[in-house]
Amino acid sequence: MRESLSAEWVKLRTVPGTKWLLAGIVVATAALSVIADAATRCPAGGCPVDPAKTSLTGIYLGQAIVVILAATAISGEYGTGMIRVTFTAMPRRTSVLAAKAAVITGLALVAGTIAVAGCVLAGQLILPGHGFTTAHGYGALSLSDGPMLRAAAGSVLYLALIALLSLGGAAIVRDTAVAIGAVLGLLYVAPIVAAVLGNSSTARHLQQIAPMTAGLAIQATTGLRALPIAPWAGLGVLAAWAAAALLTGGVLLRLRDA
Amino acid sequence: MTTTAVTPRVPGTQAAHAGFGRLLRAEWTKFRTVRGWLIAMLLAALMTAGVALLNHSTCGGTVVPGGKAITGAGCAAPPSGPGGVLVTDSFYFVRQPLAGNGSITVRMTSLTAGHGPAGLQPWSKAGIIITAGLRPGSAYAAMMVTAGHGVRMQYDYTGDIAGPPGGVSAAAPRWLRLTRSGGTVTGYESGNGTRWSLMGTVHLPALPATVQAGMFAASPGSSQSTSQTLGGSSGSGESTVATARFDHVSLTGRHPGGGWAGTAVGGPSPGTALHHAAGTVTVSGSGDLAPYVAAGGPPGTPVEQTLTGAVFGLIAVIVVAAMFMTAEYRRGLIRVTFAASPHRGRVLAAKAIVIGVVTFLAGLAGSIVAVVTGEWLLRSNGNFILPVSAFTEVRAVAGTAALLAVAAVLALALGALVRSSAVAVTAVIVAIVLPYLLAIIVLPAAAADWLLRLTPAAAFAIQQTTPAYPQVSAPYTPGNGFFPLAPWAGLAVLCGYTALAFGLAVVLVRRRDA
Repeated sequence: MRESLSAEWVKLRTVPGTKWLLAGIVVATAALSVIADAATRCPAGGCPVDPAKTSLTGIYLGQAIVVILAATAISGEYGTGMIRVTFTAMPRRTSVLAAKAAVITGLALVAGTIAVAGCVLAGQLILPGHGFTTAHGYGALSLSDGPMLRAAAGSVLYLALIALLSLGGAAIVRDTAVAIGAVLGLLYVAPIVAAVLGNSSTARHLQQIAPMTAGLAIQATTGLRALPIAPWAGLGVLAAWAAAALLTGGVLLRLRDA
Repeated sequence: MTTTAVTPRVPGTQAAHAGFGRLLRAEWTKFRTVRGWLIAMLLAALMTAGVALLNHSTCGGTVVPGGKAITGAGCAAPPSGPGGVLVTDSFYFVRQPLAGNGSITVRMTSLTAGHGPAGLQPWSKAGIIITAGLRPGSAYAAMMVTAGHGVRMQYDYTGDIAGPPGGVSAAAPRWLRLTRSGGTVTGYESGNGTRWSLMGTVHLPALPATVQAGMFAASPGSSQSTSQTLGGSSGSGESTVATARFDHVSLTGRHPGGGWAGTAVGGPSPGTALHHAAGTVTVSGSGDLAPYVAAGGPPGTPVEQTLTGAVFGLIAVIVVAAMFMTAEYRRGLIRVTFAASPHRGRVLAAKAIVIGVVTFLAGLAGSIVAVVTGEWLLRSNGNFILPVSAFTEVRAVAGTAALLAVAAVLALALGALVRSSAVAVTAVIVAIVLPYLLAIIVLPAAAADWLLRLTPAAAFAIQQTTPAYPQVSAPYTPGNGFFPLAPWAGLAVLCGYTALAFGLAVVLVRRRDA
């Protein structure tokens, strides 16, 4: 296992795109959060906005780059035929997938932590000037605040789970474009359909089972009782998606010709 | 290999045209012989159509913000007005029949909030009206003073002519006059009752010989500040009452009725009343005479809701279109393609036409099925669909197909630019789908509007079928299906980005080694 880990780490480290993708995750996440912070105001009469969610909006964009990083880690090998070399060198295919999962998760956690730190910092700097003050009943977005810490740490975990979901998906379909399309479609389109369906029970069920709406429940710090799914339960739903994708991918890797 | 005499080709000749035809056929053959792409296109059409079947909301099960379920009478479609447009028609009417031609003149001295917790709304209104009858949805023309939008002449629910701004008070009363002559009604207003200025002349062919003329008051429900939450923004209303005081009331022409009588048009509503006292008439009423807007709370499903599946179809289309380009680079086929037809710009154009036409046809088939089955399903569950003209419905359906086709060309162009399917697919999805998602469920309305003006997601405006009426206060947010750009302008934004990307792709593909 140590050999597979170091092999995957060397492969990922030496691909020129990786460092740009990691930088992209941090920059894109922080940038969208800054835009969302700048666009949100809380007037004197109070507002129905959750400042934790606003300051962490960048995750919506950052996850797209996490998907590229994770999906290409395996579909890229299929694209070039490298996967046959990999499996010749390491015939235990599931441990190859496990090693890839470990390396990708590590990278997503590191990039995610820096990105989320940037988001929280931007929120702390911008949001109090836009009416999110203690006078309006808002905290200082401090990480010593329990729900805020849960939202921030949960967002990092969310990115790691998205990476695992994408890796599993790419192992299933073995093509970069199809894998990215399928994962981004699953993430982005389900909430749109739920929003258009309005307040119906179908929409609520969709929000409970769709990976993004369920997973991002972890960012909520206000109005917890109105959420379609509780924060940690929501992240659990996303974890179940990721586990199912990895499991299916692993089984298919063993069964199919490379 | 045999050598043949090379005939130089002059651009624009018959040979060049035949060449482009061959190029189109070559690209079409490449597309249709990859089974996965055909399946993906079929999938795009199926997903576009299929999501419409997810919508099992029954009107009785619809819960409006505030937790109140609409059932029974609340599910019935509102009355439809002269143009077939659904209307809100409920007000308090102090009236007399008027036979043939004639006119009504009043002096209005106040417009205040009646009893009730909520005050006047900007579109609380009172004044004089000539209407075809008391049935909700009748043709009418009215001169009124509003609480926040000055003097207006409104007619047939959607017509709205602005007059001088400002309110009304005992110190600054407002004189209003309506004159009926055959099928036309003319409105005048005056500050002193001697110098009259013309507000407008409207043609109402549906007016019968005997019309109802008189004074009215109406005040729409208060629309609270909109909140953008998961699932769209909502505005909930609380009924309000407007009270207006009139004097110097005169009705000219043949009026066979015995005198002024009060009627609550559109059913009894809170706080409707009429008081006579020494030449003055006080009218209190609630409700509105306006087009019906189903934004945020009231029932009524716009047609485009059945087309939501197009977002799923869009993703499949983007993947196929990007691969249609990047697969050639991946396999090295692009060198063969460019060796066979050295005009690289033409190769790109042929590819764009093939993917655009195929996507348009798949999208059109999917959208038609989506609208037909979706409408049937909604109706059979007891919902009512907001009526739109046939042209508007065709525009939404064909526009959805066009949106998919243009997005496919954008993905193709980006595929040629970056030569990596991962980047091209992600970039196009992030450019079109993500802004739409952020606009409808994450960002506040002002930022959402800007996002839907500037990004390619503006193209979703092509699906909007119900207009936003300035004379009705409602949460006109993207989350409720109202876009900041006009339908074709929105699609033009996407077309602009696509043209830019395609132009850049042609320049780069010509300049770079294949």
